[in-house]
Amino acid sequence: MDEAATRRRRRLIYGGLVGFLLVLPLLAEAAGQGFYISFATRVLILALAASSLNLILGYGGLVSFGHAAYVGIGGYVVGIAFVHAGDGTPILGLLPGGTDALVLLAAAMAVSGLVAAVIGAICLRTRGVAFIMITLAFAQMLFFFLVSLRRYNGEDGIAVWQRSTLPGPLDLNEPVQFYYLVLGLLLALLYGLNRLVASRFGRALRAARDNEGRAQALGFSTFRYQLTAFVLAGAVAGLAGALLVNATGFVAPSYLHWTRSGDLIVMVVLGGMGTIAGPTLGAAALMGMEEFLPELIDALHDGAGDYWKIVLGPLLIVIVLFARRGLAGVIEAAAGAGALRLPRLIPRRPGQPPRRRRTRR
Amino acid sequence: MATRTFVAVTATALAAAAMLAAPPAGAESLRIGMITTLSGGGSGLGIDIRDGFLLGVAHADGRLGGVETEVIEADDERRPELAVQLADRMVQRDEVHIVTGIVWSNLALAIMPTLAREETVFVSPNAGPSALAGEQCSRYFFNVAYQNDNNHEAMGQHVANEGYERVFLLAPNYPAGQDSLTGFKRFFDGEVVEEVYTQLGQLDYAAEIAQIRAAEPDAVFFFLPGGMGINFLKQYDQAGMKDEVPVFGPAFSLSQDILGAVGDAALGVYNTAQWSPDLDNDGNARFVADFQAAYDRLPSLYAAQAYDAAQLIGAAVAAIGGDVEDTDALIAALETAEFDSIRGPFRFNTNHFPIQDFYLRQVVAREDGTLTNRMVDTVFTDHADVYAADCSF
Amino acid sequence: MDPALVVEQTLNGFQLGVMLFLMAAGLTLVFGIMDLINLAHGSLYMVGAYLTATFAQAFDSFLLGLLLALPAAALVGVIVEVTALRTLYRRAHLDQVLATFGLILFFNELVRMIWGPVPIRLDPPDFLAGQVEVLPGIPYSAFRLAIIVVGIAVAIGLWALIARTRLGMRIRAGASNRPMATALGVDIARLFTVVFALGAALAALAGGMAGAVLSVEVGMGEQILLLTFVVIVIGGIGSVRGAFFGALLVGLVDTYGRAFLPDLLRLVLEPAVADGVGASLASMAIYLVMALVLVVRPRGLFPAHG
Repeated sequence: MDEAATRRRRRLIYGGLVGFLLVLPLLAEAAGQGFYISFATRVLILALAASSLNLILGYGGLVSFGHAAYVGIGGYVVGIAFVHAGDGTPILGLLPGGTDALVLLAAAMAVSGLVAAVIGAICLRTRGVAFIMITLAFAQMLFFFLVSLRRYNGEDGIAVWQRSTLPGPLDLNEPVQFYYLVLGLLLALLYGLNRLVASRFGRALRAARDNEGRAQALGFSTFRYQLTAFVLAGAVAGLAGALLVNATGFVAPSYLHWTRSGDLIVMVVLGGMGTIAGPTLGAAALMGMEEFLPELIDALHDGAGDYWKIVLGPLLIVIVLFARRGLAGVIEAAAGAGALRLPRLIPRRPGQPPRRRRTRR
Repeated sequence: MATRTFVAVTATALAAAAMLAAPPAGAESLRIGMITTLSGGGSGLGIDIRDGFLLGVAHADGRLGGVETEVIEADDERRPELAVQLADRMVQRDEVHIVTGIVWSNLALAIMPTLAREETVFVSPNAGPSALAGEQCSRYFFNVAYQNDNNHEAMGQHVANEGYERVFLLAPNYPAGQDSLTGFKRFFDGEVVEEVYTQLGQLDYAAEIAQIRAAEPDAVFFFLPGGMGINFLKQYDQAGMKDEVPVFGPAFSLSQDILGAVGDAALGVYNTAQWSPDLDNDGNARFVADFQAAYDRLPSLYAAQAYDAAQLIGAAVAAIGGDVEDTDALIAALETAEFDSIRGPFRFNTNHFPIQDFYLRQVVAREDGTLTNRMVDTVFTDHADVYAADCSF
Repeated sequence: MDPALVVEQTLNGFQLGVMLFLMAAGLTLVFGIMDLINLAHGSLYMVGAYLTATFAQAFDSFLLGLLLALPAAALVGVIVEVTALRTLYRRAHLDQVLATFGLILFFNELVRMIWGPVPIRLDPPDFLAGQVEVLPGIPYSAFRLAIIVVGIAVAIGLWALIARTRLGMRIRAGASNRPMATALGVDIARLFTVVFALGAALAALAGGMAGAVLSVEVGMGEQILLLTFVVIVIGGIGSVRGAFFGALLVGLVDTYGRAFLPDLLRLVLEPAVADGVGASLASMAIYLVMALVLVVRPRGLFPAHG
């Protein structure tokens, strides 16, 4: 197989996708379909969150089942600042509220990263299924903690009536500006991730994933690398949460619900674990299905749209069973062979996740 | 195979997108976005709301206020963020004139910033949180059902009237639960023995029932909607408490949708609501009979509220001569709309919440053995909520 | 604190624990032997409750309904195992989580199509409807006592099955060393199907009994699924003994937390604050316990095998 041609085709495909994202608002406006701009904005925000999870899940091999917690915390930073900006009281008697986007996005990342540092330091003492469950446990604790916060309306959460403010002529109320801001952040993150996983840090992280014992024998402090990745992932998830609150106008404990953590995992796996573009593809695919499947089924059989999940469920199973490397794998196959191929015929490249990680000795 | 699956999925998705990208029907039709819970837990309520609303549209021959009416349905799965996404889609893509359907308070609160920004009217057929009745009220929000406190206030009044002195209170630990106990206490002047907040979605109430037994109150007031109410009533009866300490609740704890599952444990229990299936007016008789004929089940309170939502919209649209594109006129018309509500007298307060009567109902068995509610008494007439004073648009 | 209340709440904690054990036993066996994370275990619980309610209504007997529901649910389990899960055994845990999550969606909608969206009715049998005086002056629901008895009987039965029978020997062999068991002539595929059917029947038993106390509705499986996972992780994955003690621990912590935490906090805090903090601590309690256990013993309290 011609390596250069493969690389060219791959570049062509991903270049085309990025190009599509760049012109999407223009297309949507030309078609008079403003909705697709805000929809795409939400997809890209969740792609940010899924990509951050991918750093620890795909490259670190750490299945965190509580990643939505950091999205939620980032969101609550914006929500709580909004509440206090409204009634003029200080947060915890210390900090003023506010709606300045730059401050809030940075604060969201800092708070989420800090919480991730604490939780990560505890969770990373465990492995395998225990790690899955302990990350879930912490996310559940945060969920119930927020439910019990009466000052911030518990279960109902906070309706954030105003979007955060940007300096100068920039305005998050402008859907197109908001879209490009999110797209810029996502592309920057993916670029950074690409650099990061190729760096010494990334190699150490992947080495720890593939064979922790050997990585430690080679002198890597795997705990430190994994914790750093965990904190980075938490911070980026917090950024996504802060953006999501601006996109949807509310934040509530439902942001942290365990099924949201499940959604993020689905996005990563669906798109392709341990690939740069995978989580974004997965986010687009999952949200696209959620958005269009009911209407599609309704169109095929009137009234059947109510039961769309009876289609989604088996569809998920089929995808898991037959598309092992996700959408990124499909693109890879298209680039590699120039034609469609069965994913399992693709030779496994180094750096791909091992086929199976045993949790039990 | 896998690749083909993906190609198929992608292709169908694109086809769907192309199909859906077609511009919405002409401005001569009234488009209503029905966002409600149609799958998973709590879907019984959402389906009742949808069916009640559709019956209202059907009674207007598919033309609310004389305008061809299109109801666009979507399932919110009881997820606030999904409800926001659906509201966004309906407003921007389907260009609906009115959104309705939401069952839950937290979902209503979640979608209001979006709807207010898009200047689209929301007619709530159920959720009426205090936040939207007072300081955070919005001119785009109308509630055609009740303010969350109201039913509890009515029961507080009734329990006080009956001379119960020591009452045990039980509600889930979330804002509507706190609204409920606040509402009850506003009109109940006796002693509150204990106020227990349970977990939202709690399954087992044995611990709380043991506490009730130990506290020896005269009566128990509980607000546990949906599955929680079913769990509590069954367990309370099984603990042998039903005959020792009577329970009282708002209609949500004893609505038609849960009576079938609770069974005899609910028999005889009093509850309060602004509507009852046996209310004596022509519109109501027709609604109940036609609902039963169309869907082969008794209508719940939620279905009745949604039916009235359709009637309200019809009256307002008729009043502005069908010019549904004029949102300001539509809001003004909704505020003063006159229609024959199946609950009896109805008008809007300044905060777009109802001023109406509240009734005492009792769970009784029909001849065929199914349970339903029967009207017993009127507790309040022309009752309004306390938050309206804090509201200015 | 009122001693009668403590006794009653302890019984409540046992009852919740026993119910969780019935769920956890099946899940932990499937997990331990087949190395399969099955999120759809909660769906079998839901199906068990619906089947019990349907049969109970058809034959006008709760007991008969429950007895019929068990093999029916086991059959559903076998169908699921053969058609969907069999291909998942060799896959990564993540794939299993996703695929069985798909199964949950499927079952929820299937149940809604068959039985409708409104919760349905299931009452305990008449002869267990009343109260029993467990200690002088402390009445307790006869049906809940029966649940405790059944749960303990099942625990003993399972122990006997695994420790004393040929099938149990195979299960133990399959769990500790699968290739060796195969080499020794154990038909692993059939063993898996049998174990899965057993797990499904236990889930249905839990569902059928719970259905008489709780609301039988779509989505009831997810409500108990997370708790069940907490139980088996605390107890040690794959260990039936761990599932038993983990379940009792979770049941007691959850019940005591809800019943006594607010009162305890009132000793040091203002009542209104104490109630709020107490309620939130109570809802976090079991997750706190799980996190603590995992930090101290990452493989659970009773690791299945060395």
